Amino acid sequence: MNESMESPDDMVTNKVGGGWGRALAWVFVLAVLAVIAVQLRKTMEGGILLNEKAPTFTLTLFDGGEIGPAEMQGKVVVVNFWASWCKPCEEEAEELQQAWEYYQDRGDVLFLGVDYVDTETEARVYLDRFGITYPNGPDLRTSISQAFRITGVPETYIISRAGDLFYTKVGPFTSLQEILTLVDQALAE
Amino acid sequence: MTVKQTPLFLLVAALAIVGSFAQVGSVQAQDATPPPPAATPSDDEVNAVAKNMYCPVCENVPLDVCPTLACQQWRELIREKLAAGWSEQDVYDYFVLQYGDRVLAAPPPTGLNLLIYIAPPVLIAAAFYVVWQMMRRMRAAGNAVTAGSEMQPAKPKDEYQARLEDELKRLDRGD
Amino acid sequence: MIANLGYGALVITLLVCLFGTGAAIYGEVKKQPRWVDSARNAMLLTFPLLTVASIAIITLLVTNAFEVDYVQSVTSRSMPTYLRVTALWGGQPGSLVFWSWLMALFASAATLRDWRRDREFLPWVVVVSLVTLAFFLVLIIGFENPFVRYWATPSGSVVTAMFQPNGTTLYTPFDGRGLNPLLRHPGMIIHPPMLYLGFVSLVIPFAFGIAALITGRTDDRWIRLTRRWTLWAWLFLSLGLILGGRWAYDVLGWGGYWGWDPVEVAALLPWLTATPFLHSAMIQEKRNMFKHWNMLLIILTYVLMIMGTFLTRSGVLSSVHAFAQSAIGPIFFAYIVLTLIVSLALLSWRWDGLKSEGTLTSWLSREALFLINNVLFIAILIVCLWGLFYPILTEALGVVGQWFPTLAHIFTGQKATVGPIFYERATGPLWAALLLLMGVAPLSAWRASTARTLGKAIWLPTAVSLVGIAAVLVLSDVRGLTALLALWLCMFVTAVTLFDFYRSAVARSRAHGTNFLVSLWQLAGRNRRRYGGYVIHLGVVLMAVGIIGIEIFQTETQASLKLGETLSLGRYSIRYDSLAEFDTDDNRNVARAVVTVFKDGEQLGELYPRRDFFYESGQPMTIPGVRSSVEDDFYVLLVNWQPISTQTATFKIYLNPLVNWLWFGAAIFILGTFVAAWPEREPAPVRESRRAAAAEAIA
Repeated sequence: MNESMESPDDMVTNKVGGGWGRALAWVFVLAVLAVIAVQLRKTMEGGILLNEKAPTFTLTLFDGGEIGPAEMQGKVVVVNFWASWCKPCEEEAEELQQAWEYYQDRGDVLFLGVDYVDTETEARVYLDRFGITYPNGPDLRTSISQAFRITGVPETYIISRAGDLFYTKVGPFTSLQEILTLVDQALAE
Repeated sequence: MTVKQTPLFLLVAALAIVGSFAQVGSVQAQDATPPPPAATPSDDEVNAVAKNMYCPVCENVPLDVCPTLACQQWRELIREKLAAGWSEQDVYDYFVLQYGDRVLAAPPPTGLNLLIYIAPPVLIAAAFYVVWQMMRRMRAAGNAVTAGSEMQPAKPKDEYQARLEDELKRLDRGD
Repeated sequence: MIANLGYGALVITLLVCLFGTGAAIYGEVKKQPRWVDSARNAMLLTFPLLTVASIAIITLLVTNAFEVDYVQSVTSRSMPTYLRVTALWGGQPGSLVFWSWLMALFASAATLRDWRRDREFLPWVVVVSLVTLAFFLVLIIGFENPFVRYWATPSGSVVTAMFQPNGTTLYTPFDGRGLNPLLRHPGMIIHPPMLYLGFVSLVIPFAFGIAALITGRTDDRWIRLTRRWTLWAWLFLSLGLILGGRWAYDVLGWGGYWGWDPVEVAALLPWLTATPFLHSAMIQEKRNMFKHWNMLLIILTYVLMIMGTFLTRSGVLSSVHAFAQSAIGPIFFAYIVLTLIVSLALLSWRWDGLKSEGTLTSWLSREALFLINNVLFIAILIVCLWGLFYPILTEALGVVGQWFPTLAHIFTGQKATVGPIFYERATGPLWAALLLLMGVAPLSAWRASTARTLGKAIWLPTAVSLVGIAAVLVLSDVRGLTALLALWLCMFVTAVTLFDFYRSAVARSRAHGTNFLVSLWQLAGRNRRRYGGYVIHLGVVLMAVGIIGIEIFQTETQASLKLGETLSLGRYSIRYDSLAEFDTDDNRNVARAVVTVFKDGEQLGELYPRRDFFYESGQPMTIPGVRSSVEDDFYVLLVNWQPISTQTATFKIYLNPLVNWLWFGAAIFILGTFVAAWPEREPAPVRESRRAAAAEAIA
């Protein structure tokens, strides 16, 4: 992709090399531009869109086991991105746990904690400290956060039964009521 | 350096370039440390590993000097792993698995990432080859010209003539 | 009121630019010089207009006009006045205006020359400058307007708009958010303007190059007209890069001056084409060769300059330097595509008219060595571009994995990091080869140089440098092939350069009977470009010494210390004396340690490494305590500490040998550029008579 630079050399040779060199140079220049364009589109598109299919993923849990698309099927899924080093995450930790306890027995609501760029030791300390019982796991190879194109932590995504993105929350929830209202709306949809 | 040796010099230069890239690829492998003692690894031992890593939270700041809490925790994790007797390479592998390729200061020389080590030396070598060919051609032409007359017009004359030519051309074009 | 005035000035400038572009093209096509003159006047008008706009912004910044969005986002009440003024380039909109203002200044200055001899260039130089300027103005007016204000709606919400929306009242927040903490440093105050100056002055040689392509006047006139511009541009660009390095060393706290951060690399790219351009332009002047190459280099320089600006400002690359994400990406991208295609197409069109007239007669001639120098620079450029685009490429190629799931394990779309280790190892040998050429090339003659003549010139400096390296081996404990080779190269180049000065001065002193020093002075005065170049080379060597010092010989250690404990590194040691944590007026929490520095057991003084935590941005910043000497820098970082009791604290210390030679070399380097670029009166009468002769001959 350094081709934009490679082109000069080609263009110098093409005097002798014929039209091929020049054509090649143009192809290289266009290839560079294409890559930049792809990246630019990515940068510009921002977060994932509401009411569109949410990314599918498989979460490997701290306590062993996995939760994949099969377990999420037909449920309202609350995906919370957090980290133990993230101060604002602590503000909503208890509320999330209370909300989970409220819905746990219904069976059609699933809370998932995705631990972003964190160490397992610290993460476990954090989970114990807030008594968090809903499934939590590390964001292996940061692939889940990349799929959701998160901009930071905490960030929460509510996915409807149909698998569409229902709501995006950037920053911490301010109250238990806020979470309950949103999940109820997602359930009612 | 004799005249004949110059192409050789170019070749050597090109080889040196290729060689230097081979080095880059081997960077992770060469620092393999012997199994560390049971004692807690020192800050310096941790930093030696952290130096070659980046955390995704604070982009472009090497892990050994990054002041954020996340990075402090990462360094502690390295210490834990080293204390458990892991080798440096084990630590890198673990971090790549956990957090992705981008934790490494340079991509590991495997799979698609080989491209980053192969492409530049190939392109640079190609550039040298092209220029060498060009110079050879120009030199051949140059010898043909100078063979007849030893003297070439002096520089001011050159410029003068160029100007004159220019003016004449302009006149021909009629502007 | 002031905001409206500034906005008006911007809009009028854009209109003037569009008019000027149209007038220049119309006048040229219809052969009506009046229109071209009018276009030139339009060009000259842009500078005062943009001055009005810039002064408007500065006035708003200084007077706490927080109703203006830009003022609110980059200043606060606690900031001193000088920082408010520099806040002009502290954010995206303001810095774009500043950029345009400098651009107008330079383009106007270039337009003010006597055009009689180069009339055919005028319209196209004006067009290129005005189009560039118009592009930036479109960005400003359309996307990043610095004069947008806050308006309170009856429902109590606040909107931003340029003009008062119906039923709203002006809303003035009490205080602003303040300047990004990283920018509150003297180095950061001058670093961006220098880079901008370098960038905008590069537009001038590009404009002349394009003018030469369009008019078909493809001799070396465009290069002669712009060589001084190019030198100044190069000086500013170099200065900007060096200041950036100094700032990083002083403020970023990682013991280095250059981190190969994507944005740093992006700023280096135009320098990597401008430097070979400076060299190969000389060949075109002297030997009428490499015309295609020069044209390509200047086109690339311009495109890379715009691309560097684009990468920094569009959010495509993430970095400490990046501006906040912005909507200007697509239009910027479109502009890059447009310039690249138009200028390369022009070059293709004129390709045959740009044939080399000179020929290469010797492998060792100066032109041949210059060509190798060019290839080496391009090689470094290839490495840098590849390193810069590789992470983007791996991410973009993830698409392939999505399309063909069988290939998903190869094309993972995982972002890769390309860190210093890649750049250092890949470009190291190339820089070394450049250093070697820097030594050899000045000794070889234009056109004809044989191994024998070159050998004659080279043996003495080689011998001197070998003696020097032997001395290093005996007197110091420097070992290791890389280090010795690098140091030898530095000595060799120094010896060559000084030897050349000496030889010429002695020759002149014999011929004119003046004394040695006078001859040296006259010599440098008579051929400033050449000797200025040599001074630059000496500066580069000194910088290389500093870089070798820090890259090869840097040592570091880190440990937690209890109060009163010491930590040693080499001949130095520190003692942890105390630590205080406190809040400041400008919203920082500062943890400042006091350590005593000892060298060989002798007390040298105190250092105050500290950690600033900025509440607004939530970012910590590590500011080192540094003790500098000619020999080395002792660089102390506060890594961590026990809160409240402050009984223990963790320090990281670096010993950076020879690093000050880098800054010292930079000063010499700048001096050399001044010598080379200082305006000289053109020997106009001679040229005029020549022209008359040509005209006569034609008649």
